[in-house]
Amino acid sequence: MLALILFFIFALLCVGGAINLLVQKHPINSALSLIVVMGSLALIYLLLGAEFVAAVQVIVYAGAVMVLFVFVIMLLNAGEEERLPHGSRVATMLGVPALIIGLGIAAAVVSHLAGLDRIAIGGPTVMNGENVFGNPQAVGHLLFREYLLPFEVTSILILVAIMGAVVLARREEE
Amino acid sequence: MVPLSYYLVLSAILFACGIAGFLIKRNIITIFLSIELMLNGVNLSFVAFAAQLNKLEGHIFVFFVMVVAAAEAAVGLAIIIAVFRTRETLNVDRVNLLRL
Repeated sequence: MLALILFFIFALLCVGGAINLLVQKHPINSALSLIVVMGSLALIYLLLGAEFVAAVQVIVYAGAVMVLFVFVIMLLNAGEEERLPHGSRVATMLGVPALIIGLGIAAAVVSHLAGLDRIAIGGPTVMNGENVFGNPQAVGHLLFREYLLPFEVTSILILVAIMGAVVLARREEE
Repeated sequence: MVPLSYYLVLSAILFACGIAGFLIKRNIITIFLSIELMLNGVNLSFVAFAAQLNKLEGHIFVFFVMVVAAAEAAVGLAIIIAVFRTRETLNVDRVNLLRL
């Protein structure tokens, strides 16, 4: 019951932040509402017993990635978004139907999974007073044994991304 | 305890908001933020199914999605800075030529 109440509080925060992202005109307001979405998602991950993912969500997403976004918005001194009269109208007209179709899919999922709803999920799997399902130890065991090669490949990906970012953002000498 | 479908509905709502923002918004940074919103929606369904099936692989996939999203944010923001230097605008409707 407590989990349900907490879920609804953070789900409302999530949806409110996502809608605020759409409504706001200035990119800095959109970025800050996305931070609200990511923070409340981290708490929903905790409700699901995913401790490691919740920590990484706060540190990497709400921390590093969003700091990068806010930094770039302030660096470029981005103003309010302007709408050109000859701008792409097709995309704008597609936006609202896309939202409706997405919500329709959500409704279909609900009606389809109504049978599964009896299996309530969430909450940490506790053994000897410790969460053994999503804790960093369990994830680390899996990550560094079965998924060692993909993990090492991601380090190369990050290295290439850093070099690409430096090369792209460098000022060209005249 | 919360039913699985509640998590999936929340994830679908976040994803739909991301798609709508991607199509409606004209500021390139806000479009990029909408992509991050979509990635977050997908991550939520990964974690929800991991808890449902009692398999930790879902958490590993979320980890990889986050790594790729961080790399994508770094490169994408560098491209935005490069575009802004040459065009002095962030509006995607004004960026309609490949050449300078």
